[in-house]
Amino acid sequence: MKSLSYLTIGILFGITMLKSEAASWFRIYEMFQFQSFHMYGIIGVSVLLGTLTIALIKKFNIKAFDGSPIVFHKKDIRFKRYFFGGLIFGLGWALAGACPGPMFTLVGAGFFPILIVIVFAVLGTYLYGRLKHKLPH
Amino acid sequence: MELIYGPWPWYTSGILIAFVMFLLLMNGKYFGVSSNLRTLCTICGAGNKIDFFKFDWKAQKWNLFMIVGAAIGGFIATHFLSTDTNIALNPKTIETLEVLGFKDAGANYLPTELFRFDSVKSVLLLALGGLFIGFGTRYAGGCTSGHAISGLSNLQLPSLIAVLGFFAGGLAMIHLLFPLIF
Repeated sequence: MKSLSYLTIGILFGITMLKSEAASWFRIYEMFQFQSFHMYGIIGVSVLLGTLTIALIKKFNIKAFDGSPIVFHKKDIRFKRYFFGGLIFGLGWALAGACPGPMFTLVGAGFFPILIVIVFAVLGTYLYGRLKHKLPH
Repeated sequence: MELIYGPWPWYTSGILIAFVMFLLLMNGKYFGVSSNLRTLCTICGAGNKIDFFKFDWKAQKWNLFMIVGAAIGGFIATHFLSTDTNIALNPKTIETLEVLGFKDAGANYLPTELFRFDSVKSVLLLALGGLFIGFGTRYAGGCTSGHAISGLSNLQLPSLIAVLGFFAGGLAMIHLLFPLIF
């Protein structure tokens, strides 16, 4: 039953990604060319509402549906891993035109060559796990 | 009905993404899709040799259901909620893409020149893109959902650094490397 609710949330997310064209390679390219407000609007509104949501949850100490407290994890302050990791991610995001959520949406939408991206994204994650101790963090 | 069958505006999308994050938080979870890539490594047996992949992946089952849902959502949106999937790009964008050799910019949802199995170059580029995404997202500890949405919404400085990295990488790819690649 619980799994079904995550499936439903995922369906809502997938429909949103596809219908708002955030899963389109073209929109990502256009964003990095600064030739459209579209993607900035999407990210901007979600961050704005997200910030408000989290602030309200914290201020009024809102509990999860099952009554347990909602925990937010602080990320440790570092520079290298976030910037260099981000940089590498950005190169891939612009080249493949999809981030980890929309790539699954695109499979459902019938664009099967995206499976190449998914397989190699899993491989890339594996490579990171292998090389983790050698990388500056 | 055009409201549903046409492309959805940015504010609708932004509201729904924030709502997705809210629903996950209210279920005691978080909005971070790229964790699934690590989970998939673990399911494939990567935990046998590498500690980073040694964890109880069943605790991440909910997140796997999220991406299965994201795929089903893509199917539903394409087959039942769309009349066409053209992208109304900025004419300037179409022009720059034509110079790079993309003839059908905006006429499809994705560029057919890149998303194909029958071109070695395209397959290699998609593979490289995937490698960068998978490696970078775990190195940075999150992707667009985990850092740009969840992290920034929680006012995390590391997420801001990561997002600046995302953009530095994306800009370098499109402005410096695309003219060399395409």
